[in-house]
Amino acid sequence: MSLLEVHDVSLAFGGVKALTDVSIDVQPGTVTAVIGPNGAGKTSLYNVISGFYRPQKGSVRFDGADVTAVKPNRRAGMGMARTFQNIALFRGLTVLENIKLGAHHYLRTGLLSAAWYVGRAAREEAELRREIEERIVDLLHLADWRDAPVSALSYGLQKRVELARALAMRPRLLMLDEPVAGMNREEKEDMSRYILDVREQWDVTVLLIEHDIGMVMDLSDRIHVLNFGCKLASGSPAEVAADPAVIEAYIGEQR
Amino acid sequence: MSLSKSLHLLGPRFGVLPLSHADAERRIDDPLRRAGLAALAAALVLLPFVANAYIVYMACLVAITVISVVGLNILTGYTGLLSIGHAAFNGVGAFACGVAATRWGFPFWLAIPFGGLVAAAAGILVGLPSLRIKGLYLAIATLAAQFIFLFVVQHWESVTGGDRGLQMPSPDLGFTRLDSDFKLYWLIVPVAVAMCFFASNLFRTRIGRAFVAVRERDYSAEVLGIDLLRTKLTSFALASFYAGIAGALMAYFFRVVNPEQYGFGASIFQLTAVIVGGLGSVLGSILGSLFMVAVPELLKEAVVFVAGADATKSAVFLASARELVFGVLIVGFLLLEPFGLAEVVRRVRARLAVWPFRS
Amino acid sequence: MNLFIEYSLVGLASGGMYALIALGFVLVFKATGVFNFAQGELMMVGAYVYLAVTQLLGAHWAFGLLATVVVGFALGALVERAVLRPLAGQPTLAIVMATVGLGLILKGTAGLIFGPDQRQLAELLPRKPVFLGDILIPGGVFWTFVVSVSIVSACLAYFRFTRGGVAMRAAASSQANAYAVGINVPMISAATWGLAASTGALAGVLLAALNSLTPHLGDLALAVLAVLIVGGLDSLAGVIVGGLVIGWLQAMTGAYLGGSWREVMPYIVVLLVLLVRPHGLFGRKEIERI
Repeated sequence: MSLLEVHDVSLAFGGVKALTDVSIDVQPGTVTAVIGPNGAGKTSLYNVISGFYRPQKGSVRFDGADVTAVKPNRRAGMGMARTFQNIALFRGLTVLENIKLGAHHYLRTGLLSAAWYVGRAAREEAELRREIEERIVDLLHLADWRDAPVSALSYGLQKRVELARALAMRPRLLMLDEPVAGMNREEKEDMSRYILDVREQWDVTVLLIEHDIGMVMDLSDRIHVLNFGCKLASGSPAEVAADPAVIEAYIGEQR
Repeated sequence: MSLSKSLHLLGPRFGVLPLSHADAERRIDDPLRRAGLAALAAALVLLPFVANAYIVYMACLVAITVISVVGLNILTGYTGLLSIGHAAFNGVGAFACGVAATRWGFPFWLAIPFGGLVAAAAGILVGLPSLRIKGLYLAIATLAAQFIFLFVVQHWESVTGGDRGLQMPSPDLGFTRLDSDFKLYWLIVPVAVAMCFFASNLFRTRIGRAFVAVRERDYSAEVLGIDLLRTKLTSFALASFYAGIAGALMAYFFRVVNPEQYGFGASIFQLTAVIVGGLGSVLGSILGSLFMVAVPELLKEAVVFVAGADATKSAVFLASARELVFGVLIVGFLLLEPFGLAEVVRRVRARLAVWPFRS
Repeated sequence: MNLFIEYSLVGLASGGMYALIALGFVLVFKATGVFNFAQGELMMVGAYVYLAVTQLLGAHWAFGLLATVVVGFALGALVERAVLRPLAGQPTLAIVMATVGLGLILKGTAGLIFGPDQRQLAELLPRKPVFLGDILIPGGVFWTFVVSVSIVSACLAYFRFTRGGVAMRAAASSQANAYAVGINVPMISAATWGLAASTGALAGVLLAALNSLTPHLGDLALAVLAVLIVGGLDSLAGVIVGGLVIGWLQAMTGAYLGGSWREVMPYIVVLLVLLVRPHGLFGRKEIERI
């Protein structure tokens, strides 16, 4: 059964049709990519899946349950984690504090125990610290930047911290929005490797929006292609690369 | 003691290596910090015995201001919700406490928390629209609420005593009454210390982090599972609770609850303290309060010096001079030291940490 | 019934004054996105300049007005360059507090120079009551209305029909694009503040002529909050609508409910409007791109 199923979703803003009858599915344990030229509706699709936009038509099912109308902040608890195209880290906090925020939805510390700190809150924070250090900081090589304010980090590092924060959510579905946009070759290779490491060690399903076709071909098990808000094709990398509609959209008509 | 060892003592966190994750989370883990805190505690305990009545009075005033400003900093500094009506919550707390003490005979240790809770409820009420009304418009709404509050106080005379205000009894401990500044010090300052402690603890946990997340980017916070409305309301409630406690303490300290003290000017005073001290910092709130209470006093001395001891002339002079100085302080700090005194302290410490090398 | 009409007309007439005060706020907000808490104090400075030139220097009232406009403009531009520009991009709290601080500086300085005593301005507008049919309107109020509406309309026309005005609107709408088409954005910002300050200064003179002048004249500007929320912080046309509405409402509450209700009514209106329409009645909702 699919972990995530987007079924016949249509989304329009006034006269602008962002998505028309788009259906995609994501199988558990895979890396699935959504690609398409700029303006194809990829981020709108993510925003529908995250719950920020309600589609005029269609549904989103996560692990069998219909989540189309569920409020955005309830989805973290269901296992959905997401990064943003323009980095959405909290600049007033350090790297570690940003990562710790990923755990917000499952931590139990309330107002009173937080005010007192000694006891329940202290234990929870220490436990959280342990988990982050052991599972995330080492994996993503962030040890040197733990206490740095995120505004002091390079673009590539910030993207890595965003990935780290998403992991701290203990997600079942990890949605990445252009994780290597704006990076040089070396940074892109590092990030690709991190994504693969994550998939191995964390037993998480990855959904990926990306422009770098090479990376997409290398990483993905399955690809969905969007263009002008419609789905063009779905399939394995080889199938999609050979699909004439896809070729036409990207390169132009075959001569 | 060898040079290296004494260097170790000089710098905060200099040469400190946590050996477990729990240790890494601790804040007071080196001997210098512990010594510093102990010295501060000792100073606070000794102060009323060695200082004159004026200083004790000032200390109480600063402590009360600190409580309220910490609350405002939680709302505006950490959570980014601009509030220009904070003094109104002082007033709500003061009147609630006053009514409880004078009409229902509450003892002070019930009346004060009662004041805080009523103010918190008012805060939640004011905060309810904060999901829809944002930024500047929220600030304007809090400003409107402030004036409406004053109007209500003036007209609900049966409860609030109208323009005359309420007369407060002294807190009764059974074996003694807290009827002097010296005695009230022992109520006010420990409460202030405790509330600062609680506030700074909050920001080591998910609650405090959520506040900052909501301030910065609310859609990102939502994706992390943070309930925006609940977080904003918690921030309003907390800030108002602090303001209410401060207001209740003011009621006992000034022995009268008078609507004049809770107007627009007082709100601006507290916002200035937040900026001068540093947004988003408990230490900043403390420094800012100290600064803001000290400045008018220093100004008084200066004006008397310049205008001579002519009381009426200098009083008039003083009010305008005060406005001018406050204005200059606000603009000066915003232009030159936008992160406030807390940032100055941080810079000094960072330099000390690597002294005698340059950072 | 006649009383009702009389109160209504007086209310509408004072609405003209409100519109003029609100104009300054809208000009600044439209052009630079800043809510100028010091606008009231700019009004107060204008009135004091007029006082100084006409009473202390003994000049003709026309010179007084000229001085008011010029000094107002210079002060506004100075404030923009020295304080607002360095703070560009800072969070709302910083900008709000900066204008509050400026207001305090102006108020304190005026207090130190002129003292707190009430001063009377020489008669500026004819005091003879004006009769509209059977209804009597105090001369000061009527002529203030006429002057205010003229000034506001002049500004509206300027923004609509002249190059300078269109440039200001462009800079307000999108700074980057304004730069791209060659508009000197920094100069426009300074000029807009100058314009706002000088209209404020004129409003201050009119207001002080109606009542009296103290350093606290600026406090009256806050009552215009309701006009701004009703009309929209960035709408010039809304300023007139809002002014008339609030002026009328105030007169009505004053007449039927009494003095202190009259004072608090604008703030109740602000809260009610914001609760229903968080961006004001005519404001535009900003859509954030996620």
